[in-house]
Amino acid sequence: MIPLEWYIGLSSIIFMIGAVGFMIRRNLIIMLVCVELMLNAVNISLVAFSHYLQDLRGQIFVFFIITVAAAEAAIGLAILVVLVRNKGVVHTDEITEMKG
Amino acid sequence: MLPVIIFIYFALAMTTLSILVITRRNPIHSVLFMLALFFHVAALYLFLNAEFLAAVQVILYAGAILVLFLFVITMLNLKAEIFTDPFIGEWPVSLAIGSSLLLLIFFTLRDFLQGPVGTYTIEMIQRETNTKILGRVLYTEYLFPFEIASLILLIAIVGAMVLAKKKS
Repeated sequence: MIPLEWYIGLSSIIFMIGAVGFMIRRNLIIMLVCVELMLNAVNISLVAFSHYLQDLRGQIFVFFIITVAAAEAAIGLAILVVLVRNKGVVHTDEITEMKG
Repeated sequence: MLPVIIFIYFALAMTTLSILVITRRNPIHSVLFMLALFFHVAALYLFLNAEFLAAVQVILYAGAILVLFLFVITMLNLKAEIFTDPFIGEWPVSLAIGSSLLLLIFFTLRDFLQGPVGTYTIEMIQRETNTKILGRVLYTEYLFPFEIASLILLIAIVGAMVLAKKKS
């Protein structure tokens, strides 16, 4: 039997890789992919908790997280398409309109 | 012994794949490595007795969301992307922040204490089948959040169409 801590460790490693990727990449598409990576890491830990605590609520939460991830991807990519149409760039350090 | 070997394989493969996702220069390669990662996550769900979620993971994440990403990448024509530096200049700072937060989690993980177990034992789930029992919980206990989820999807559809529509 694998201890629950291993799953939480794996989940936190993947979450942190996603968070670091979100901070270091310049490309907006990869940043959105990194958000999906972080959501997946949380899903892994929720399913592991659901299995080890013998409670189905964790899996229900994963269901809702997948819904929110789909909505987030659709809206984020729509914003990206508009951004590329108006500015022609996908790099975050070249978008400085709102800088005071 | 066999479950430990399988888990170690999945842990190593998922860590490697996620590092590849954030370091590849070409966005298409990143998204394809993400696809492999999602299949590994689905297999890990099967390993944890969550069959319905494994299917949803493959259909929704790998089938819908990643295809949407691939569509947008191929539509945008990002040839110049391959020749520019993929990372921002301050990347060591972000790396230091990320690894120190990871260390913090690992130090707290040593004092982890498991709570009391619930009523859904593995035998019961196997007797009733995973999908049936999940549906029962979803449509009774979590009916109101389920309706809100449908509203979120509606807002996402309308918002995406309004944003991406060309101004006439």
